[in-house]
Amino acid sequence: MSSYDVIVVGGGHAGCEAAAASARRGARTALVTFAKSGIGAMSCNPAIGGLGKGHLVREVDALDGLLARGADAGAIHHRMLNSSKGKAVQGPRVQADRKRFRSAIAAMVAAYPNIDVIEGEVVDLLVNNNQVVGVKLGDDSAVDGRAIVLATGTFLGGRLFRGEELLTGGRIDELSAIALGHRLRALNLPIERLKTGTPPRLDGRTIDWAALPEQPSDSSGWTMSPMTAGRQLPQIFCAITRTNARTHDLIRAGLDRSPLFSGAIEGRGPRYCPSIEDKIHRFGDRDGHQVFLEPEGLDTHLVYPNGISTSLPTDVQLAMVRSMEGLADVEMVVPGYAVEYDYVDPRALDRRLALSALPGLFCAGQINGTTGYEEAAAQGLVAGANAAAHAIDLAPVTLDRASSYIGVMIDDLVLQGVTEPYRMLTARAEYRLHLRADNAATRLGPLGLEWGLIGAERRAFDAARADDRAGIERDMAATYSASEMARSGAPVRQDGSRRSLFEWARFAEVGPDVIEQLVPSITTVHPDLREEILEDARYAPYLERQAAEIADLRQNENIPVPGDFDYESLGGLSLEMREKLMLARPQTLAEAGRVRGITPAALAAILVAVRRKAA
Amino acid sequence: MGKARFARLVALRDPADGTLLDRALALPFVGPHSVTGEDLVEWHCHGGQAVVHVVLTALAREADAREAKPGEFTRRAFENGRIDLNEAEGLADLLAAETEAQRRAALSMAEGILSRLLETWRAELLRIAAMIEADLDFSDEEDVGDASTVAIRALVSTLHVEMETALTAPSAERLRDGIRVVLAGPPNAGKSTLLNALVGREAAIVSDIAGTTRDSIEAVVGIGGIPFVFTDTAGLRDETSDVIERMGMERARAAVDDADIVLWLGPEGNRPDGAILIAAQCDRPGWQPLASTAIAVSAITGAGMDALVAALLDRAKAWVPREGAFSLHRRQRQAIEAMTRALKHCAVQDDLLLMAEEIRVAVKALDALVGRAGVEDMLDTLFSRFCVGK
Repeated sequence: MSSYDVIVVGGGHAGCEAAAASARRGARTALVTFAKSGIGAMSCNPAIGGLGKGHLVREVDALDGLLARGADAGAIHHRMLNSSKGKAVQGPRVQADRKRFRSAIAAMVAAYPNIDVIEGEVVDLLVNNNQVVGVKLGDDSAVDGRAIVLATGTFLGGRLFRGEELLTGGRIDELSAIALGHRLRALNLPIERLKTGTPPRLDGRTIDWAALPEQPSDSSGWTMSPMTAGRQLPQIFCAITRTNARTHDLIRAGLDRSPLFSGAIEGRGPRYCPSIEDKIHRFGDRDGHQVFLEPEGLDTHLVYPNGISTSLPTDVQLAMVRSMEGLADVEMVVPGYAVEYDYVDPRALDRRLALSALPGLFCAGQINGTTGYEEAAAQGLVAGANAAAHAIDLAPVTLDRASSYIGVMIDDLVLQGVTEPYRMLTARAEYRLHLRADNAATRLGPLGLEWGLIGAERRAFDAARADDRAGIERDMAATYSASEMARSGAPVRQDGSRRSLFEWARFAEVGPDVIEQLVPSITTVHPDLREEILEDARYAPYLERQAAEIADLRQNENIPVPGDFDYESLGGLSLEMREKLMLARPQTLAEAGRVRGITPAALAAILVAVRRKAA
Repeated sequence: MGKARFARLVALRDPADGTLLDRALALPFVGPHSVTGEDLVEWHCHGGQAVVHVVLTALAREADAREAKPGEFTRRAFENGRIDLNEAEGLADLLAAETEAQRRAALSMAEGILSRLLETWRAELLRIAAMIEADLDFSDEEDVGDASTVAIRALVSTLHVEMETALTAPSAERLRDGIRVVLAGPPNAGKSTLLNALVGREAAIVSDIAGTTRDSIEAVVGIGGIPFVFTDTAGLRDETSDVIERMGMERARAAVDDADIVLWLGPEGNRPDGAILIAAQCDRPGWQPLASTAIAVSAITGAGMDALVAALLDRAKAWVPREGAFSLHRRQRQAIEAMTRALKHCAVQDDLLLMAEEIRVAVKALDALVGRAGVEDMLDTLFSRFCVGK
């Protein structure tokens, strides 16, 4: 019988990051997956990043995770979303060649000497004295482990729907983890169902590309990870088509055969990524919806039509796609489908993503009610790092809302729970101005180092970057008078003022050329670092204001609420508030204040009761 | 306990020996539909002090009975979610109200007029925030986020104007403490006599000796339902060798600067800005008004006093909320000012990201006002103001 510190169940984005983070902290780690070939598979859209999501990718990368480098290895199309807006809301997004991404991730996992990949189905958790001690596999063998990370994606009790068809599985043509699903339900965990979907895949050779407008890749050279030296692969373009009145008629006629409308699917789907039948049903007055045709790779003909996720019957799907411009003769290779799966109410988790009810058991990814590769990877990293901490007695890894999007997401999950698959949005981060995708390394690098999450290569890179940054900051601290600035070519107002170059940099009249001329060192550092420093300067007054607010927040986090606080007997709370607080179990007054629907009066009642108890 | 909300005649007996203490009306309320949200019973005893005393003494002997602390009923109502912070504040004012204007303003607050306005602002702020966020977070999708920056700025400006208007509401502190009326002028102009006539008692020492009033003297009085604080001040003259009188004159000048209304009993040329000109002592033989625009009064005969009171009440209107309108506490005013500042910045901002940031700041200020943030400070400040039992 084999024995590990940490066992990770699932080889998707959450599982791979969990195994890698656990291994980086020095834990002997097993990664158990149905099939080795599935490691790093992208179940749905072959795209990584986007608004809010790009931030998560960069944060995972700053903690030396796999996702950004995997994305760079497969990237065949780059877009910086919101490029006309402030950096804080810019979202890097790439489309990745499915095969190349997968093999890059698998290679990175294989390169860890302390990760063993085990093929098999986990059918049971081994529990001793209310503490997990290992897993049982489908062949009845046992694997011992001190901590377990469940990263089961949509495989836990997964069921696929397509028209009248109902299949069992987490992805098309794959298995479902039925036994493990039953086992978790038996543990009395709060388990519910969610739903998501995927569009049909098309044969690119049967698309009339010439008839459609192109969307080219960004020409600038940015990459997801600063560790990647430039673009690795040739860049391809996407095309845009639209649904039309005929498409909508076809969909409407097929609605009664959709499991979404027949009541077959009980789980809730995401509002921001609705199926095409949902879009037609809810926004009936629109005359069309955009559909992006995204090639899935350099040596495949598969094309992903982004925007028409569906569970309509196969014949309706085919008629629907063929009704669109450029797709009249298209062949559908795999029809789309909806998938419904188990998730554990994340309010049962603590900030380490550990299940409070069963020590040693951690959860990451869709099992926690989230959607998206990026959300999954970020949770995987945190769960894996903390599973290692649990197993070999290291410091826990927790991040707060002021530090990162990862912190925002985990705070949201453990306090609010989910009502639909949770997706990251920049609007969720109140300290958004500070939490930019381009400064993730500056924000999280030092923390990662402290936690032992940073490998040798990244460590050297971070150290060099920190040196560069310090050098430029030193040079930019030099002060210049308004007239000196004018002589350098910046037509600033001659008010006799004298400021540091860092302060001058936020004036519109002071262009990058002026800065480069006064601080030549800025031209020799990585362009991302240069952009980061200039953006810091641009938003400095706002960042200072937020810093004061963050200090306040951390102060309020200092009023503890006991874990066993008796909400039942506290007067004045509505039944709904009481339920929410009992599920979220906030640890501080500030956390209680963030639980949705908790009124100021309720908060005051909690404070008074806590004080009375302490007195 | 008896049927909720029905009064019943009951015999109150001493639990110790069954002695009849009083026959009283008992009126039970069952939570959460009571003032505090908890189960309550009211006993309406006979009014003699001895009756009340013996009932309270008997109750105090019971292990789980004690007198309510100041403000405890209101505090419980707040804690139990029966009223919000602004309503609690209004209730505190209502309990402290001594004049009709105070009562009216406090009642408006307790009735949630400001709370409702804040709620509409909150909804509008969230609507604006949603428009901006749609553009920031879903700009890659054609189906959302097509609101123009110009359109958003217009909504922000409208809300900004609304808040500025609300800020013109009178100060609750002023209404609580009284409108400060300062009587000033040269020595022996009759300030103290006039003050005594206005407050209706001998608050200030009156004599014919110039410089009798050396320190400022304050008297509080309600006139026409409005609370006034009248301040008599040392007479202002150019020369005095008396150190104490000089100090008094300095205080007088400070009081004039600080006043809401100044009654000036001196020559028009020296009149402080905005002061009401009074030609006092019009009963004296050979009296000549110092200015034609002055209100001629005699504190002795009462001549002109009605005109003076009318002028005072007219000026005081600025500090008294209209029927059904609210006044603002300093805390409320500061929060609304913070919101107004944020919206002002937002309305001239081109960067959508910074527009969103300003809206966030405004929402945060609003949340602080209804008690969501900085709970501790807010509660301490609020509840330290209660000084009555209910």
